Amino acid sequence: MTKANRQRLRDAVLYALLLGVVVLLAFAADWPVIQENFLNQEVLRTLWPEIITVAAKNTIVYTAISFAGGLVLGVVLALMKLSPVTPYRWLATAWIEFFRGLPALVVIIGFALAVPIAFNWQPPGGLVGAGVLALVIVSSAYMAETIRSGIQAVPPGQVEAAHSLGMSGSWTMVSVVLPQAFRIIIPPLTNEFVLLLKDTSLLAIVGAATDDRELTTFGRDSVSENFNSSPLLAVALLYLVITLPLTRLVAYLEKRSMVKAR
Amino acid sequence: MSAPAEGTRAIEVQDLHKHFGDHKVLNGIDFHVDAGEVVCVIGPSGSGKSTLLRCVNRLEQPTSGTVLVEGVDVTSPETDLNKIRSRIGMVFQQFNLFPHMSVLRNLTIAQQRVLKRNRGEADGIARANLERVGLGDRADAYPAQLSGGQQQRVAIARALSMEPDMMLFDEPTSALDPELVGDVLDVMRSLASEGMTMMVVTHEMGFAREVGDKLVFMDEGIIIEEGAPRDVLSSPQHQRTQAFLSKVL
Ligand SMILES: Nc1ncnc2c1ncn2[C@@H]1O[C@H](COP(=O)(O)OP(=O)(O)OP(=O)(O)O)[C@@H](O)[C@H]1O
Ligand SMILES: [Mg+2]
Repeated sequence: MTKANRQRLRDAVLYALLLGVVVLLAFAADWPVIQENFLNQEVLRTLWPEIITVAAKNTIVYTAISFAGGLVLGVVLALMKLSPVTPYRWLATAWIEFFRGLPALVVIIGFALAVPIAFNWQPPGGLVGAGVLALVIVSSAYMAETIRSGIQAVPPGQVEAAHSLGMSGSWTMVSVVLPQAFRIIIPPLTNEFVLLLKDTSLLAIVGAATDDRELTTFGRDSVSENFNSSPLLAVALLYLVITLPLTRLVAYLEKRSMVKAR
Repeated sequence: MSAPAEGTRAIEVQDLHKHFGDHKVLNGIDFHVDAGEVVCVIGPSGSGKSTLLRCVNRLEQPTSGTVLVEGVDVTSPETDLNKIRSRIGMVFQQFNLFPHMSVLRNLTIAQQRVLKRNRGEADGIARANLERVGLGDRADAYPAQLSGGQQQRVAIARALSMEPDMMLFDEPTSALDPELVGDVLDVMRSLASEGMTMMVVTHEMGFAREVGDKLVFMDEGIIIEEGAPRDVLSSPQHQRTQAFLSKVL
């Protein structure tokens, strides 16, 4: 047998196997039950329009706040990490390592439940507010490292040129270094945005008020109210509608920056 | 000290030493540039030419010695370094234009941030300097859209927009394709003829001979020989200068 023929035979076997499994599943699956539990039109109709106007909206709002807050805090941490003042560097390192080392869920529970009980603290925006604050802090730890690497990737000649023109250290950072650093790290930051969007689902643990629920909380509540899993499928689809274009965007940006770097 | 007194030198370097760890790069440099003078610095690679230049506007911190710019000690902690630097234009081998800004913005940013000029005034000065280097029509381009020679002329215009008292050039034509060198040298030549004080590290011996008032030959972190360019180039006194010139001429 030639090599090409052997290859063809192997492909044929693989396809036959796949077909077999699909047919088997199609026969074995209980289609009416699946339709009733996952694609129940009546249940799906009750979700509308709150699944968009409340749940999806909140998911996006919480992601945006966590991202923006994390970015601002991340810049501060990155600058501290690059500071000539040793205690600043220690502080930033401690913060970054601590919050990157913990599961995000643990931090959310800590801020929404443990800290308010311990210190009799009323988090602004209620339990969800505390949860979002936790996401701000977790994302700041990840973004600080990304931003620092971006700052260090700006050629030193840029700083020297700005200094030679008499620009102060802070103007140089704001006008020359950070704009170039951010251009370099757009792909990883977009990636961070996607991760953060998925992490807002962890807020389901805090049990938000009706109008504060994000997609996952909304979906979970509808599942238990209707005793039917269709809402979960709708929620999953909505996540994909948001994340898939973004991950494609990341792939595109990475490819483009690779071409540019050449 | 405010306006430099009559007779104060533009740049005065006394017993300058610079070490990078154990590596002694400058080993006692005494040297000066008078106002309106063009001083060219030559020497083999690694001899410390760039380091000397960078000590003048303190991009490099001297290990010991004194650097006076218009009589002001740039190494003193009391000196307003940014103010001094804004009076010293610097042109780099690699241009170092800001790639995320238009040509015009490259020329106005420091005028506005450092000299506190308003937008209109800064724009006017920037455009005049672009004309001066022959790039009046490229104000809205981005650095990446320009040739190396054009980028270097923009870099010169950027430094000139600060209306500096003197200019430092670190091998401004070394990164350029040969056919683009001429335009940059022309700009520098016209600057010199307008009376700009210039310190130029260069391998362009023709430029040094023609434009320079003084030529300085450095090797291993000391000045081996200095004098009128014509004299140094045609009848070098020191054996190390002779060896270097026989290689490059
Ligand atoms: N930041 C630095 N840290 C350590 N060593 C340095 C640093 N900058 C320069 N040097 C060293 O100092 C020496 C002199 O460097 P310098 O750039 O001044 O030489 P140069 O005369 O300008 O040479 P070239 O003609 O190659 O530009 C070199 O050996 C270089 O490796
Ligand atoms: Mg050099």
